[in-house]
Amino acid sequence: MTVASLARWWAAIPRIPGALILFWLLLAVLGPLLAPFAPGEVVSRTVFAPISAHHLLGTDYLGRDVLTRLLCGTSSTVLLCATATLLACTGGVFLGTIAALKQGVTDTLLSRFMDGVISIPSLLSALVAVAAFGSSVPVLVLAMSLIYMPGSYRTSRMLALSIVRRDFVLAARMRGEKAGYIVLREVLPNMMGPVMADVGLRFIYAVRLLSNLSFLGVGLQPPLTDLGSLTRENLLGLVYGAPAVIAPALTIAVLTVGLNLALDSNRGEPD
Amino acid sequence: MTAQSGIIQPPPLISVRNLRLTGRRGRGPETPIVDDVSFDVAEKEMLALIGESGSGKTSIALALTGYARRGCRIAGGNIRVAGYDVTNMSPAELRAFRGKTIAYIAQNAGAAFNPALPLMDQVIEPALLHHIMPRRVAIERAIFLFELMALPSPGTIGTRYPHELSGGQLQRLMAATALITGPEMVIFDEPTTALDVTTQIEVLEAFRTVRREEGFTGVYVTHDLAVVAQMADRAVVLKNGVVQEEGTTEQILSAPRHAYTQALLAANTPQIRNDTAQVTDSGKAVPVLDVRDLVVGYGGAGPDGRPRHTILSNVSLPVLPGETMGIIGESGCGKSTLIRAIAGIQPWTSGGITFEGEALAPRIEARSASQRRHIQLVAQNADLVLNPAMSVGDTLRRVLTFNGDAATEAEIGRLLDMVRLPSVLADRFPPELSGGQKQRVNLARALAARPRLVLCDEITAALDTVVAAAILDLMMELKRELGIAWLFVTHDLHALRSVCDRVAVLYAGHRVEFTPVSALEAPPHHPYTRRLENSVPEMRADWLSEVIDRRGQTSDTVSALSSSPGKGCCYAARCPVRIAVCEVSVPPVWRSPAGALISCHLATQDLS
Repeated sequence: MTVASLARWWAAIPRIPGALILFWLLLAVLGPLLAPFAPGEVVSRTVFAPISAHHLLGTDYLGRDVLTRLLCGTSSTVLLCATATLLACTGGVFLGTIAALKQGVTDTLLSRFMDGVISIPSLLSALVAVAAFGSSVPVLVLAMSLIYMPGSYRTSRMLALSIVRRDFVLAARMRGEKAGYIVLREVLPNMMGPVMADVGLRFIYAVRLLSNLSFLGVGLQPPLTDLGSLTRENLLGLVYGAPAVIAPALTIAVLTVGLNLALDSNRGEPD
Repeated sequence: MTAQSGIIQPPPLISVRNLRLTGRRGRGPETPIVDDVSFDVAEKEMLALIGESGSGKTSIALALTGYARRGCRIAGGNIRVAGYDVTNMSPAELRAFRGKTIAYIAQNAGAAFNPALPLMDQVIEPALLHHIMPRRVAIERAIFLFELMALPSPGTIGTRYPHELSGGQLQRLMAATALITGPEMVIFDEPTTALDVTTQIEVLEAFRTVRREEGFTGVYVTHDLAVVAQMADRAVVLKNGVVQEEGTTEQILSAPRHAYTQALLAANTPQIRNDTAQVTDSGKAVPVLDVRDLVVGYGGAGPDGRPRHTILSNVSLPVLPGETMGIIGESGCGKSTLIRAIAGIQPWTSGGITFEGEALAPRIEARSASQRRHIQLVAQNADLVLNPAMSVGDTLRRVLTFNGDAATEAEIGRLLDMVRLPSVLADRFPPELSGGQKQRVNLARALAARPRLVLCDEITAALDTVVAAAILDLMMELKRELGIAWLFVTHDLHALRSVCDRVAVLYAGHRVEFTPVSALEAPPHHPYTRRLENSVPEMRADWLSEVIDRRGQTSDTVSALSSSPGKGCCYAARCPVRIAVCEVSVPPVWRSPAGALISCHLATQDLS
């Protein structure tokens, strides 16, 4: 692959959403290092303390520093969901493109399987997975990637279907190219823009699902923490208007709504 | 322009003054599309806007309706149409103006109609939308227009759906849609460019009849000078958005003053490019490709073992090494199917194809690497044929490495040089290239495999005349340099004549004539070949009338595919010289004195 084609891949990634995703990933990796205290350490005798110079976001229901816990929670939410999205979309895009290329039986089998998965509500299938295999990081990641694979599969199959009908794919087939080459070099580069937008969307869904699970208490288990479980454990603070419950809820909102808006702003721009 | 003294001129219906149109791509800078264009069109006059693609002719035509395409805008100047100041109208005024005062007939009628609605609803829609007449009256007027334009069964054609009609019929229906409101002015935007020559005649004649009856003012946008000669009173020649020359059609075509108009005329004049035309002594040379009795069809096998619907019936075609074989016929005659069968992407029912003495498998996957490599297909639409996300260099490099050749920069430069492109283009991506450049890259990709046979499927159809002429020149140069055999599919008789050694004429899947190109000039010929020749527009104003007179009012509505296989001559339904036996028995193939193989019941003297 030449420099020129690499540059085109880079150009296919939407600017604003790309920057936003980069920001959250950086925060996820560096956040815990920046935290002023240890996440489990009880640092204050006051619970649900308001914002102060010492505790920038107050304290939680046990008197722990909220900023520290928020940074750790954001980190686990973002990293878990990013991994799940990456798995879901890699699988979905690859299988979707193959289905579009091969058509016939391969397409039918794959599509019906994906239809089956997508027909079960996402929260329900996640709860079943947790009930069957227990709640651990690998189970959550795998469950989420399986749940979001069909959506990505459908999008990329539709995109690829219009591309495999084009003559340059026919030319590659007539040359005798293998399916892997056709998918990677002929088809995928021509659907990068929409696929990138789709990846962002899947990520938002994943954040929502993980937060839901954790809020219900079946997501990440202590001592690990994420944005959903932070909201739940500090629910009592709602009556005091404590930042301990507002901060994680607000973070979920900013993360999902912000990314959603950024992706939307990118739509409709001509090539 | 001052009015000549003594002659009182009516005020022009359309007056364009210093028109400037600009466009921009994405967030790029604004670039001029049309610069300082001025012209007038008098009432009841037909003005032709002539130019190649990118000359701004369509942009000007659209600007007359007050419309600018996405990313474009009317940056300056003044447009007055029938008393309206188009550049200063509000959206509501424009809505009332369009469709009622000015109407637009687009190039591709097939794409302009909604496939889910019956045609009558769509034809009368403008009249209902502008509350010009009640539905019943509108339908009456539509039927009147259908009759005027010689559409088959005008009373009931409106109940049919777009997919049930041919391209030529849809184009006439679209004209009816435009004329239903009785507009004062009509814009024709390349309305016959996508049609076969034989169909084009009917559509042009329909336009002329309807103009005579309705008496509207027109602007005719086209790149085809021969069409201009038939349709327009005056012409404006455009290049890169600037007027080159303006004058009467007569003067532009016979005594062009500007160098560009002269170049355009030269490209439109047929010329022989094939200076290495071989004297084909069939029987001696071993054909590089031999198609024998090929039958292609669909719909399963019928009782006689042949497919229920045949696309190709017993077509034979020997192609000698280093020769250019032309295949001609109108759309639906099976010429693309033949190419696809040879290329290995269209299975066949019976018959066979041999390449360099070895039988070719119907499926490309079953062919050997050497066969795949040595037969290369160059498809019609260069936009679809090149991967937009792969640079020109990468595209060529892949073909070289795939075939085990050294993919050096020098080799890629050599390939680009072979198709007369600078080597800096290797780093460009297809969307950044012009149509002609893309077609050259397309050709270079085929040549990169070092083929012995190149299949060209209408490679010049989507290109401007000047660019197409350059591609044909290039083909002939490559033929001399590399000794490649070409199979050249086209519906353009001029192109065929200028590059081919031998020609096969296909009609409804039958090879009706197979002739050395030299014999094309000398009679006798199959009636269909003659008809094709007569249908190629000529740059004489009275050409269309002559053809129509000669042809009489023979109905042309018989579908080319409706002939039953194996029974009678495939051309009997449309043949002007048919005799009783044509309906019942398959015509014999005989050789004319000039060397043409003709499949017809009539003998030499009857066909001369």
